[in-house]
Amino acid sequence: MFKFLLKGVFRDRHRWLFPTLIVTSAVGLLIFAFAFLEGFKNSYIRQSSRFSSGHLKVVSRAYAEMLDLKPYDLALLDVSDDLAAWKQEYPQLEWVERINFGALLDVPDETGETRVQGEVLGFAIDIFNSPAELKRLQLESSLDQGNLPAKPGEILLSALAAEKMELKPGDTVTLMGSTVFGAMTMRNFTISGTVEFGVYTLDRSALVADIADISEMLDMSGASGEILCFFKDGEYNLREATKIADTFNAKYSDPGDEFSPQILRLNDQGNLGPILKMLDYSLLWMALGFSAVLAIVLWNAGLLNGIRRYGEFGLRLAIGESKRRVYGSLLTEAFIIGTVGGVLGAAIGTGISMYFNTKGMDMSIYNRSASMMTENYLYTSISPGSIIAGFVPAILSTVCGAALAGIAIFKRETSQLFKELET
Amino acid sequence: MNKIVLLLCLLLALPLLAQNPSADEILRAVDSNMITKTSQARTRMIVHGRRASRTLELISYSEGNAKAYSEYLSPPREKGTKMLKLGDDLWIYDPGTDRSIQISGNMLKQSVMGSDLSYEDMMEESHLLESYSATVKGEITYDGRDCWILELTANKADVSYHKRKLYVDKQRYVSLWEEWYAKSGKLLKTVKSWDVKRIDNRWYPTKFLFKDELKQGKGTQYFIDEIKINPKLPAYIFSKAMLKK
Repeated sequence: MFKFLLKGVFRDRHRWLFPTLIVTSAVGLLIFAFAFLEGFKNSYIRQSSRFSSGHLKVVSRAYAEMLDLKPYDLALLDVSDDLAAWKQEYPQLEWVERINFGALLDVPDETGETRVQGEVLGFAIDIFNSPAELKRLQLESSLDQGNLPAKPGEILLSALAAEKMELKPGDTVTLMGSTVFGAMTMRNFTISGTVEFGVYTLDRSALVADIADISEMLDMSGASGEILCFFKDGEYNLREATKIADTFNAKYSDPGDEFSPQILRLNDQGNLGPILKMLDYSLLWMALGFSAVLAIVLWNAGLLNGIRRYGEFGLRLAIGESKRRVYGSLLTEAFIIGTVGGVLGAAIGTGISMYFNTKGMDMSIYNRSASMMTENYLYTSISPGSIIAGFVPAILSTVCGAALAGIAIFKRETSQLFKELET
Repeated sequence: MNKIVLLLCLLLALPLLAQNPSADEILRAVDSNMITKTSQARTRMIVHGRRASRTLELISYSEGNAKAYSEYLSPPREKGTKMLKLGDDLWIYDPGTDRSIQISGNMLKQSVMGSDLSYEDMMEESHLLESYSATVKGEITYDGRDCWILELTANKADVSYHKRKLYVDKQRYVSLWEEWYAKSGKLLKTVKSWDVKRIDNRWYPTKFLFKDELKQGKGTQYFIDEIKINPKLPAYIFSKAMLKK
């Protein structure tokens, strides 16, 4: 019977061509959209955790209140013993000390007078003792000119900022900022190289320095602005992060002491949580929306098909086939079309997504005006889940469309059938 | 005869004028107390941060409101740091880097050494009477002194605070309390002044508490330990060469 229906569907071009085309293109588009959004979300998590949030982050409670301002004057002081204990207690995490700071970069002319000034966004990391940090920030592959800092007093500057201020490796600059106690502080540095991270918000004004240099400059020895934690397998695990945050905060964080430590999950930091939630909901709403629109289009196609096959259904009912059976065959045909269209669409959508998964999409133009930390090249992310999530609504909407259109079969009066067929 | 009557009338009216001077007259008197031709002072600034308090000692020289030079004497980390203000320009010298850097743009809004004062506050140079229109809003007893409440509204665009409220001591023409507001009406800073002393024929407060109302903390105390009014100052003090000296 199934074989008979299959032959019937594909020998009649009017029955399969239009619905299959619709289902194929919709599934292809849906799978690509899923892959794009998933890729965007992963890029956002990757970049945010790498440069700013970690998978979890320990800061003082006072710092947490003003997290977006990176108020390093509210840093955790004398934290080395605590950090050693935390490392033992949570061995699944890699603990990394960082200081994020804003400063004024002053470039002197040959007489020592200010030639040009610019504000920079500083990252102080353990350059000389933590190869993992260099790898995490992809400093080596981000090098545009020069070398990584080889000795204290050397810094990396974003290529864009260097170009704007006409700086090159080997030039000496003065960094001016405030100490942890608010006093003005200056220090001379030599630019060892320029970097391009591929994240526009960073490439505008980033500066990377060794944490020991910056600790000394900002009067922060023994203090930590932020302690970032990364899962050792490199993947952000929300459930595990929640568990760690709950136990850590219950044990170490004191609401009565604004300088006690507090651990924040990636989702708790700034707008990260709402954005990630919004992206998840977008995927769900997109699937539902596509299914609804597809069902309406296919319902309409089914109605047109029903009119075209009015005589056929009448004849089948007149020779004794039950309405339920005719209706069932219609749904089976829809299922066949949905499956074939879905398979074709999944193949096309997966193919396009795989192409952009390898080649990436240049998003730098859009990133220029965006404050979100995403990579300039966006790589789509394909998962079996997104293929299924594109495929299942296609079958459901095809069957639903046919089911709605086929209701007309039950409205036909058997007694009137021959009369209808005669006319 | 007419002239004598007129003179008598004027003499009789003088005490009335003295009792109820206009807002501009009060402001002029405040300006003449606070603005000196030159000055030399040794001061202490105690910055009460959210976490700890720090004391900075400095020696300052000024000529009118347009020229000022100061050098930090302690603590060791800040010792030797110098600041020079010439009109609208401000330079900071750091002995560690041997660099003089001009402060401009957004940096002027930054705090001076973590205190509740900004570089912009230090840069203000015109007399209150020139920059603001004043009205007397009433009277108050503040810190045991009878004061006028003065409300000042900026009549220039380039002032840091659009509105100010002052409690001016009726007898000594010294502002004992100030509130500085943004154009939006938000209170930005307050200044309490006390320990008013008679120095060189003028009344001068020697202790201040500046409080940035947008910051947590207990404010910044500013104590004038020694002050010389109108000393002779050599011109080189207010030159850039002095920074690296």
